[in-house]
Amino acid sequence: MIDPQMFQLVCFYAFAAVTVVAALGVITLRNTVHAVLSLVLTFFSTACIWLLAEAEFLAIALIVVYVGAVMVLFLFVVMMLDINQERLREGFIKFLPVGIIVALVMLGEMLALIGVRAMHEAVMGANPATVAGMSNTEWLGHALYTQFLLPFEIAALILTVGVVAAVVLTLRHRTGVRHQQASQQVRVQPASRIRVVKMAAEVPAAPQPEAGKETTP
Amino acid sequence: MGEQILNQLIWPVIYILCIVLPLVITVALYVWWERKVLGWMHVRMGPNKIGPFGLLQAFADVTKLLLKEVILPTSANKALYYMAPLIALVPALAAWAVIPFNDQMVLANVNAGVLYLLAMTSLGVYGIILAGWASNSRYALLGAMRSAAQVISYELAMGLCLVCVLVLAGSLNLTDIVHAQAGTKGIGDWFMWPLLPVFIIYFISGVAETNRAPFDVAEGESEIVAGFHVEYSGSAFALFFLAEYANMILVSFLAPILFMGGWLSPLPASWGFLGHPSILWLFAKVFAFAFLFLWFRASFPRYRYDQIMRLGWKVFIPITIVWVLVAGCMKYFGWVTVGTGG
Repeated sequence: MIDPQMFQLVCFYAFAAVTVVAALGVITLRNTVHAVLSLVLTFFSTACIWLLAEAEFLAIALIVVYVGAVMVLFLFVVMMLDINQERLREGFIKFLPVGIIVALVMLGEMLALIGVRAMHEAVMGANPATVAGMSNTEWLGHALYTQFLLPFEIAALILTVGVVAAVVLTLRHRTGVRHQQASQQVRVQPASRIRVVKMAAEVPAAPQPEAGKETTP
Repeated sequence: MGEQILNQLIWPVIYILCIVLPLVITVALYVWWERKVLGWMHVRMGPNKIGPFGLLQAFADVTKLLLKEVILPTSANKALYYMAPLIALVPALAAWAVIPFNDQMVLANVNAGVLYLLAMTSLGVYGIILAGWASNSRYALLGAMRSAAQVISYELAMGLCLVCVLVLAGSLNLTDIVHAQAGTKGIGDWFMWPLLPVFIIYFISGVAETNRAPFDVAEGESEIVAGFHVEYSGSAFALFFLAEYANMILVSFLAPILFMGGWLSPLPASWGFLGHPSILWLFAKVFAFAFLFLWFRASFPRYRYDQIMRLGWKVFIPITIVWVLVAGCMKYFGWVTVGTGG
């Protein structure tokens, strides 16, 4: 007999274990490409955990945005790098204390969040999506475009500014570069490239046997 | 107890096999059809020796590929080299879980079906990139670079096309999207009319996403030999081949489902059998789109790489962004009727 709750619990622990192992792999694997791939696996199993928590939109958005786009670019860059593996190892012990401190601070913050969530369960009530009788994605859409429209639009504006800023920062106007103007290429007319000359047929000149030998080197 | 396990475990596996096995056979027949069509368009015969009309040619090729040795290049990354074809194939097959063939025939009728599709199709590029990198070959790496840039660019345009459909249909569920295209006007209710530019862009982006001609710069045999799979042989190559063709058929399925009313009939209901929605109508539409892939390959020369980027970023994405706005207006002002039938 498959107990659904038991099965869900087993799934959660399996996904969580994969997440932790993959996250450890990110910082311990020697090969940078392998490290990036274990980061991909970390994201993927995190998305699986979110699916278990019925946050289907967040889970699929994580896969579409991070796994499908951001990490592909990451992998792209890492593949192109010519990294000296030994030099990369050197700083490991030196930066370890800093890393541990950051990890501890993050752990504390997460624990605090879990505590807040547990205490506010009574205040926040049950899952609003299930109360409204909608799917997670549908409810998120309703909430974003009604209740939180202004913050949502502001976030979109900030992101747009970020995109424009990134383009402006990396845009260099170099002189002496020749660009193709696609619009001009498309609009070109045969008449401007080739001229068909109408002329009467000519009688070939009488052969001059010695001329060819003299002119060709 | 036994019955419950049967229901929960055995039946889904049987359903999955009912989709995957015909898909694999369809891929084999599609390859045969491609070679036939290319032959006819080049005024040749195409394969005609093995089996009636050369029908067994594809199966002979598959047998040949499976019996060949898989060669591991020197100093290739062994684990990733063998994993890459699987990473390419698994998302290509997993995406089929949410494709509805009929009102009832769907493996997983999930609410976020379109999102799931986007997620799965965005994973396929990993197989190509890893194959290019793990082969430790310059041609393969160049092919992988080209493919990654191209797939990411066209995924944006494709995603915005899907947004237009979602705005009109008001649902992420593929079955509901087909239902939203049913109505009294028959063919006039399909989304391809209000979303005509988006429909065309969607299919062209689909061709680019699957790295097919004229967007096949990732393989580009005249420039970089065979691109990302230049080092692959035998069954590993066969897996890449299977993934590519499964993706092509997937795009051919999605175009009718999203824009041409899926299994709905274009004829009025008074035509009897022909006028009723049927899985055969879906297959007929899919066949038309699958044929377009081959027609493109026979007709168009390969795009230059920078022109592919220009087309994606400077033409398709602006048009689709504007059409998202247009679709929003259509929905808001009620210019199109959505989902009057069932």
